[in-house]
Amino acid sequence: MQAQNVEHNLLHQHDLDSDKLQQSLATLYTGAIDFADIYLQSSVNESWVLEDGIVKEGSFHIEAGLGVRAVHGEKTGFAYADDISPQALQKAAAAARGISLAGENKQVNAFSRSAVGLRYPAVNPLASLNEHAKIDLLREIDAYARSLDPRVVEVIASISGSYDEILVAATDGTFATDIRPLVRVNCTVLVEHNGRRERGSAGGGARVDYHYFTAAVDATPRWKAYADEAVRQALINLEARPAPAGTMPVVLGSGWPGVLLHEAVGHGLEGDFNRKGASAYAGKIGEMVASELCTIVDDGTLKDRRGSLAIDDEGTEAGYNVLIEKGRLVGYMQDKMNARLMGVSPTGNGRRESYAHLPMPRMTNTYMLAGEHDPEEIIRSVKRGIYAPHFAGGQVDITSGKFVFSASEAYLIEDGKITAPVKGATLIGNGPDAMRQVSMVGHDLALDQGVGVCGKDGQSVPVGVGQPTLKLDAMTVGGTD
Amino acid sequence: MIPDMNELQTELHDVEQAVADAIKYAKQLGVSAAECAMSRSSGINVATRLGEVETVEFNQDGALGITVFRGQQKGSSSTTDLTAKAIRAAVEKANDIARYTSEDPYAGLAPAELMATEIPDLDLCHPANQSAEFALEQALACEQHALQLDPRIVNSDGAGYSSHVGYRVYGNSHGFVAGYLQSRHSLSCSLIAKSGDAMQRDYSYTVARHRDDLWTPHQVAEDAVQSTVSRLDGRKIATAKVPVVFRADVANSLFGHLVAGISGGSLYRKSSFLVDHLGKQVLPSWLTVQERPHLRGALASSPFDHEGLATHDRDIIKDGVLQTYLLTSYSARKLGMEPTGHAGGIHTWEVTHQVENLAALCKKMGTGLLVTELMGQGVNIVNGDYSRGAAGFWVENGEIQYPVEEITIAGNLKDMLANIVAIAGDVDARHGVRTGSVLLEEMRIAGV
Repeated sequence: MQAQNVEHNLLHQHDLDSDKLQQSLATLYTGAIDFADIYLQSSVNESWVLEDGIVKEGSFHIEAGLGVRAVHGEKTGFAYADDISPQALQKAAAAARGISLAGENKQVNAFSRSAVGLRYPAVNPLASLNEHAKIDLLREIDAYARSLDPRVVEVIASISGSYDEILVAATDGTFATDIRPLVRVNCTVLVEHNGRRERGSAGGGARVDYHYFTAAVDATPRWKAYADEAVRQALINLEARPAPAGTMPVVLGSGWPGVLLHEAVGHGLEGDFNRKGASAYAGKIGEMVASELCTIVDDGTLKDRRGSLAIDDEGTEAGYNVLIEKGRLVGYMQDKMNARLMGVSPTGNGRRESYAHLPMPRMTNTYMLAGEHDPEEIIRSVKRGIYAPHFAGGQVDITSGKFVFSASEAYLIEDGKITAPVKGATLIGNGPDAMRQVSMVGHDLALDQGVGVCGKDGQSVPVGVGQPTLKLDAMTVGGTD
Repeated sequence: MIPDMNELQTELHDVEQAVADAIKYAKQLGVSAAECAMSRSSGINVATRLGEVETVEFNQDGALGITVFRGQQKGSSSTTDLTAKAIRAAVEKANDIARYTSEDPYAGLAPAELMATEIPDLDLCHPANQSAEFALEQALACEQHALQLDPRIVNSDGAGYSSHVGYRVYGNSHGFVAGYLQSRHSLSCSLIAKSGDAMQRDYSYTVARHRDDLWTPHQVAEDAVQSTVSRLDGRKIATAKVPVVFRADVANSLFGHLVAGISGGSLYRKSSFLVDHLGKQVLPSWLTVQERPHLRGALASSPFDHEGLATHDRDIIKDGVLQTYLLTSYSARKLGMEPTGHAGGIHTWEVTHQVENLAALCKKMGTGLLVTELMGQGVNIVNGDYSRGAAGFWVENGEIQYPVEEITIAGNLKDMLANIVAIAGDVDARHGVRTGSVLLEEMRIAGV
């Protein structure tokens, strides 16, 4: 039923059908072309923003289009159109074919419509609450955050949702559709005390509808938990003193600090970089690249998660892929092209920002499996170091392996105890080296709240990260003290 | 194939009409004010790697955004479908949203009397050959030259060439509708060098509105090779406080933080390290920054801002003193000031310099760190805290000694800006902020 609706909306409404896609693919599939696909997408999104106690902004965006790709060895021809029509398809296909010389026509495989189990509901979140209810939710967040502490001087709350329908058809017989909801709520507060101003921010989201935010976890609605967390972080930062500078043990908290794995390891294990030999992890399958305490997976199958996918943007079912097993590198993340060129199977990691972008190997939800240690025991083991439970974000150079990320909440550890909060702590390291420094892994695996956005080659996609509490024996901390 | 300027002009006029129609339709729906922006661009983007074609991408992008005001209530919507029907639907959607948002006493268009009355031709559009053959020839010539220059270059991350032309149109219910054509061409090359087991990657690029202003493929190749091999065998240095030079291509980021700090949004939220600094000394007294929005052919030139306000030359910093904030009409109303024509960002900034070149600046520094790369987002505009990953070179007695990597540099932006010692004349014109390399008195290095 769901798939038929998508076919109706993306094809039949635009005077297209699966036969026409097949014919179009047949015109592409000639001579040296190894593979071709057509990607159709329609997308709507909205966002509402409250600031100064009033709902200042409301916006709505709609887009639809198609992209056509033809692949010949390592060469890709690509064209797209921002409307869906037989003419747009024909024109884009003609442009994409430009990379290859004419030749014999080849047989396009018959389409096989495979059913993938639901990993998130086929709902349009924009319609799940009326506009008054969306605005009321923002007002509640505002009032509640201000009520938490008199030092809260400003609250910015936002709610946003998107609804995507996609269809991908390919010369290998792929014919797949997906419906992808995604929602997010965010709360940022500014606190002021004795002339000092600090910020705290928290939020969450998932591939569900807006009722997610009013649902309670441990008797507290999610939106309240975000406001609690934003205020807590801001108040801690009011007390924070400059972070120390130098090399020391670092304990990373569970959940969102998994952004370390995303940056330090994840990007380096994307198939394209490894096929090209551009990654610090290239050619190292089977080698120990991390301490044996580390098992790291990329898992697109988690229910409702922000980074989850039923199928990737090439129609491959998203998977549970072990990347590093007990320290040993066992696999890369692949899209169809890189998998073919490297002689392995696609892993369901071929993702694209939209029809106007080329797919490439990307992460879904990337996390480290739990270990055996009690988190408190990990803290107790550090004489002098840093405990970092929250990060603002990071960046990696996949060739040298170097990464950087900035703590938005951090503390000194002194004689096995968490003491003063510190601000401005930046951690820098080298992916493989840092992973070898992992000496303790907690039993408290947690995933982030659903706010991750990953950028690569100018394309943004939603992702998830996670990890248990981790100890790295030596990392460079860039503070001012 | 080179896009035809006459055809582009005709299309631009059609779009100006479409924007005017959208505003007219909004008025028919009963809104009190409306504004609409539309942009389109088309072109080609190619990549080559190790002498082979990697991707040939034909780009065609367009979007229309409309904002309406019902009294002091505001609603916005946008669409990539630019048919008349879709545009009307977008206007209706914006109108619907404006029924739900709150009354905001500061909402509204920029004042009618500040709209640009003349639209100078700033020489921003020079279409060039957009054929795949030509684009590939440029990228291949660049990469092939790079691969033979130094045996330590063992791999390539590819070369790319892109060429785009398009236009931008803005209109509002004051009766203002205007647009201009623009082009952008670029060539880049990214290389991998190896020493022992360690690899380093770096790149170079050139970008311009006029293809003739691009560096040659060989110049890009030579710059990329030099940058990449010079990073090999980097070391960490000891944790210390030392003077630091930001090379020109990263120095613009310092002024980027200044932009963030004096932008209206940060100021009315009191979220800037430069709140209440108008008319105060924020940079050394020998330093002046001028904005030049009408520099002919410059990447950051623009005849009017995103609200239709005329842009004009102005001092941003004079003798180290902050002369203006960067205000949209909204932030100006919030602050009780006049808008400055900065909706959509800054236009070309020119920063003074008084030292001849980078070598002379390093000599002036004596011993310290030359930073050529910054990583991560460790910049807090609220309080000015700055701590970022860095790579570059260790300098002694003005001479480069060895590459440095995997360290952080930290300080506070307020002190960093106030304590700029000198700026060199090696201006990087690829950025909206045109500055040479910058010498800072001291930063905290975290290393071993």
